[in-house]
Parts: sequence; structure tokens; C-alpha cells
Amino acid sequence: MVKRIVVGAHYGLRDWLMQRVTAVIMVLATLVFAAFFITHLSMEFEDWQGFLSFQAIRVLTLLFFLSLFLHAWVGIRDILMDYVQPVGIRLTLQIATIIALVSYALWTVSILWRV
Amino acid sequence: MAYPSVAIKKRPKHLELWKIRLPIPGVVSILHRITGFGMFLALIPILLVILDRSLASQESFEDLRFQLSGPLPKLIVLAFSWAFLHHFFAGIRYLLLDLHWGIDLPSTRFWSKAVLVAGAVSTLLVAVALW
Repeated sequence: MVKRIVVGAHYGLRDWLMQRVTAVIMVLATLVFAAFFITHLSMEFEDWQGFLSFQAIRVLTLLFFLSLFLHAWVGIRDILMDYVQPVGIRLTLQIATIIALVSYALWTVSILWRV
Repeated sequence: MAYPSVAIKKRPKHLELWKIRLPIPGVVSILHRITGFGMFLALIPILLVILDRSLASQESFEDLRFQLSGPLPKLIVLAFSWAFLHHFFAGIRYLLLDLHWGIDLPSTRFWSKAVLVAGAVSTLLVAVALW
């Protein structure tokens, strides 16, 4: 019998769940946008702006992007953990990823609400 | 720690990538990772620029439409469409696998092929809509 003490940050299940919840949100938002694009193949500015002036669509769009950024964080962190072994470089790339994604999130809000 | 009962076998180590023949689910899996990484690097900023330009004003909308109308921009849009659609369908398959759906070997092979086909066919539909 091998006695093992399993240690870790215990973020495995949370990230696993996060990846799936954000995926489902993005699938639903994608279907809504796909339906709009298919019914507006030759779209004019008024159609597009009109669509995104609905508060519900704006919130859905923001929800899509926030899910995307969380989803990207889990995925990129997994990739970095797999392929980048030197701790210093990996940490630097992880910090760069976080800064990029947080900036993207702020950018998204400013685009959607034209602050 | 010693494991006396385990005989030390000389296992082949095929770390040479060209010697590994990846099974189809493996192809879908690595493409999921590659498309995800590629979309993080390039598609997210491009998508945000497009969203910004398309909503800023009537002029910026027309300007964006003009800039995306060339053959090279259309090809780039198509390439990212494939990346997104492959990632999309492969992701749905992973969600179904979590529900223990399609988990035995024949169905896993079948649905991996179906994911590759769905990604290709839907990209073709995007191409038709673009041209």
C-alpha cells in the first residue's frame, strides 16, 4: 500500500467546470449570432447597429466575450504548463496572457457601450 | 521508492513526431489545441477591431466592408472561420464525451470524423456566403 499525500492548489475541478460552462454560453451566443447573420447576408450598418442596440443582445455579446476570455485563460494556461517548462518564462507568459485578456475585456465593454 | 513487482521493460519511445501515427480522435484533439491557440493569438484582437469598426459609425462600417472585400482578407476570414468552426464542433463533442455519450471506440472514431467533416462543410458554406 502506497501512502500518498495529494497536494495541489485544488483548482482542477473549478477550471474544468469553468471551461465547460463558458463553452456552453459561447455555443448559445454563437447560435444567436449565426441566426442573425444567416438572415442578414447583405447586412447594412442600420441592421447591425439596430441588432446590437438591444440591451439583451449587448449583454449576450458581453457574456460571450467574457466567457471567451475565461475560456482562453484556462486553455492557454494548460498549453503553457504543457510546453513551457522553465518557471520564469512560463510565469512571464502567463502574466502577459492575463494582462492581454483583462485589456481585451475592458476594450470589449468600451466598444459595446461606447464609454 | 521501489516497485519490485514491476518488471523493467524497454519501451519504445517515439518522441519523433513524424513516427507517431495519430489516431483520428488525436488529430481532432491536437487541432482543437492548435486552433484554440491560434485564435487566442490572432482572432481575438482582430475580432475586437472588427467589432469596434463595425459599430463606430456608418463610415467606419463601409470602410471595414471595403477592406474585407479583397481576396486576401476573405481568405484570412475563411481560415479563421475554419479554426472557429473546428474548435466549435470538436468542443461540442468533448461536452458530449463528458456526458459519456459516444465514448466507445467505434463511436469515438465515427464522431471524430464527423467533427472534421462538419468543420470542413460549414467552412465551405462560409466560403459560399463570402464569394
